[in-house]
Amino acid sequence: MRATVTVMLKEGVLDPQGEAVRHALGSLGFEGVGGVRQGKVIELDLADGTTEDAVKDMCEKLLANTVIESYQVELA
Amino acid sequence: MRAAVLTFPGSNCDRDLAVAFEQAGFDVTRVWHKDSSLPEGVDVVGVPGGFSFGDYLRCGAIAARAPIMSAVADHAGRGGYVLGICNGFQVLAETGLLPGALMRNANLKFVCKPVEMTVESNESAFLSGYDQGAQVVYPVAHHDGNYSADADVLDRLDGEGRVALRYVSNPNGSDRDIAGILSENRRVLGMMPHPERVVDPAHGGTDGATLFSSLLDSFAVA
Repeated sequence: MRATVTVMLKEGVLDPQGEAVRHALGSLGFEGVGGVRQGKVIELDLADGTTEDAVKDMCEKLLANTVIESYQVELA
Repeated sequence: MRAAVLTFPGSNCDRDLAVAFEQAGFDVTRVWHKDSSLPEGVDVVGVPGGFSFGDYLRCGAIAARAPIMSAVADHAGRGGYVLGICNGFQVLAETGLLPGALMRNANLKFVCKPVEMTVESNESAFLSGYDQGAQVVYPVAHHDGNYSADADVLDRLDGEGRVALRYVSNPNGSDRDIAGILSENRRVLGMMPHPERVVDPAHGGTDGATLFSSLLDSFAVA
């Protein structure tokens, strides 16, 4: 089975990289890009039967820094 | 007085930090990240700068989970001293020994230059040799030194006098110009600037030497 973890900066935490991407899109002529937030996607190949709670534990302990980041887990 | 200096894969200020401790008069042991214990009788642990584990995932994130860090957490829990510089500060924030996080510099640039700071609190073994409010110059060299914490944490740090060093001219976007902070018991200091790079006239400055000698003196008194 596979889990996909999406890690994003929390709402309200300034994302300077996203902001730089927004500027670059503007200078390429793309109009109307009001905001860009940049995060990361982590794909995990897991033993069958691994629970969502186990993946959340991985997020809390390593994959995300919950001081500044939030995460979402999708199992497939 | 005994200091242990850690080395992770990608640490690059470990030797400089060991030399700074030695120069101040510490007996220094170098400790590998895979070790699970610190040498007997260590007074202070130095967590050095560099790019531990290639800054993969987040700066300091992998190093913070290395075997030696459990021993460092135990040492801090017993009231032991810990000094984290640059990547070492990032590692200490990732372990939770210090609050907050170090984010990408606000202007996205790697900043590498001497910076002026104010000794905001000299009430720690590390900074007792400086006058309160003194201006010191240490070099910074980092891409992710933008200290960030929520308002409650920042208010607590300010209220408890735990902001040890504050930038005079903020180089990285840090909240409240914070360059270095202390733990609640004031025995864990994390800072982005590099005192170990200014401990000899040949370095172009000696402002950092006082930090290491203050620490040694504090043990001599105790």
